[in-house]
Amino acid sequence: MTQTFIEILRRALDEELARDPAVHLLGEDVAAGGAFGVTRGLAEKHGMQRVRNTPISEAAITGMATGAALCGLRPVLEIMFIDFATLALDCLVNQSAKYRYMSGGQLAVPMVVRTQAGAAGGAAAQHSQSLEAWFTHVPGLVVVAPSSPVEAYGLLKSAIRLGDPVLFIEHKRLYALKEALPERAELPRIGKARVARAGNDVTVIAYSAMVRNALEAADELARAGISVEVIDLRSLLPLDMATIAASVAKTHRVVIAHEAVQNCGLGAEISARIGSELFDELDAPVTRVGCPFAPIPFAPDLERALLPGTPNIVRAVRELAG
Amino acid sequence: MNSPAVPPVSDLKKMYGALWRIRTFEGQVQRLAAAGEVPGFPHLSTGQEAVAVGVCAHLTREDTLFTSHRGHGHTLAKGADVQATFAEILGRDGGLCRGRGGSMHLVDAANGVLGATGVVAGNLPLAAGAAWAAQARGEANISVVFFGDGATGAGVFHETLNLAVLWKLPLLFVCENNGYAEFTSREEHSNVKQVSAFAAPYGMPAKTIDGNDLPAVHAAAGAAIASLRRGEGPYLLECMTYRMAGHFVGDAQHYRSKEELAAVKEKCPIERLKRHLLGLGAAESELDAIGEEARQEVLKAVERARTGPPPDPATVLEYVYSSPSLAEIPG
Repeated sequence: MTQTFIEILRRALDEELARDPAVHLLGEDVAAGGAFGVTRGLAEKHGMQRVRNTPISEAAITGMATGAALCGLRPVLEIMFIDFATLALDCLVNQSAKYRYMSGGQLAVPMVVRTQAGAAGGAAAQHSQSLEAWFTHVPGLVVVAPSSPVEAYGLLKSAIRLGDPVLFIEHKRLYALKEALPERAELPRIGKARVARAGNDVTVIAYSAMVRNALEAADELARAGISVEVIDLRSLLPLDMATIAASVAKTHRVVIAHEAVQNCGLGAEISARIGSELFDELDAPVTRVGCPFAPIPFAPDLERALLPGTPNIVRAVRELAG
Repeated sequence: MNSPAVPPVSDLKKMYGALWRIRTFEGQVQRLAAAGEVPGFPHLSTGQEAVAVGVCAHLTREDTLFTSHRGHGHTLAKGADVQATFAEILGRDGGLCRGRGGSMHLVDAANGVLGATGVVAGNLPLAAGAAWAAQARGEANISVVFFGDGATGAGVFHETLNLAVLWKLPLLFVCENNGYAEFTSREEHSNVKQVSAFAAPYGMPAKTIDGNDLPAVHAAAGAAIASLRRGEGPYLLECMTYRMAGHFVGDAQHYRSKEELAAVKEKCPIERLKRHLLGLGAAESELDAIGEEARQEVLKAVERARTGPPPDPATVLEYVYSSPSLAEIPG
């Protein structure tokens, strides 16, 4: 039986709520199912005290989730769009991320902030951003961005069980995607990337929805005789440099692809680290595919014109493989 | 609301000593900061001691407390060890947080001090979260958050008031209205004179009291906390007080008149409790002995804290994540 990304997230939340009484969901409309229906039916099943609606108060509800986590709950907070996480930045950056450190290890913040990001369907400039690099700059946070329904299931469960504050980024373009969950899915370790497709000529490093573009590009390039290895980072903070290093040692050529603005994006950090740690392995400069430096436009034609996609990855790989 | 019990004189005497402990502690922070021995910028609660002592007298160890950048007094009043608290402010390994937090980030989890925060108003929703955790588990403890009147300028103050009432949280908001947000007087930064007035629109009970009158603080906090423990939801207690020191150590306070500074002594909560106790028949010699004992206890603890070693630089990357495998991120 196949399930959508949304249905599989719901299943993971349902199972975690049943497994651990410390798990609580909160956010705007979550008891009614949430804006995207991820939490539909969970309040009815687990009670309104476990799945709680909140006012539109991102700063306060993020603070409440953090304070509750300090006291041993495992809150899963839904921030409807990552664009709205800007309203919760004081808490995430100054409190949630630093509590373990500032307290000298006396306290911890085992909390997951589920949020939804990326551009699709004319959501325009304030509901389409990819702001992950803002958060990967903050010591103490963990940032996870699944690329498929099956990946989301395991990563969300692992995130809920972790003892650290996790920003869990769901791409809206993936929500309707369907996959069948394996009988016994092993939970991934947070911080471990996966090789989504093995190849020999060029490594494409991607995450979230861009992994699908990378796989599409790899199919197309295979027909042209270019063998592409696709790495799905899964965890953006911390980065799994060991998996990246193993791939670069094989291909010696790297393209990093993300939907976020290229300037100061996560690709810049990965590129710098490959440059300094794996310089001898490289046969060509590391190149990046990212969004041009502009807000996301509304008109579908403009949105398409701006967003990086499969053709950009194909072009970048061809230039390196040429 | 039931009329609160008047504390026996023996309890008031203990609280008199507690006021002196905080006063002496802050005096030592000020002295050593001036001597360059305290890193950063500590904020003193000198003159506001009666709020900390009067409220914390009603708290159990399990009750959680959140405070602001001006939180030394609350931390001590909740039961934190004097030496470990001072060592933290000095940045020593024996400090509450092993030197990772300092004056603005004091945490003593074992005594329910879940933390001071350096961002004004940032502590309010954390305290609401702690209250929610207690409620969710059916535990009897409550949560208390101390903040200054300056915090009312932040949106999250209003968000938290609203949520606390909606969720009927066992949360006591204690505003220490010292009349100043940093260097700006309340008249200049808000059109709302009394912080307690913000509670009414959200349907929260509130009261404004003289925060330098310890028996008054004790009585009002006792009544408010009793209602919290009965499950009646949050309460806002506004304590009018006075910051006898500047905003931070070294603040020249040019924004205050000579007359205002001269009136400070008259408002001193320690002097006032002393007069109150003398009126109840206590002997001045006994009160002086209590004060002296508290002073000596703190001075000795401060000296012990000063002799402690600094944290080992090799441990600077500890406590970032729950597991070392997550922390393998080069700087």
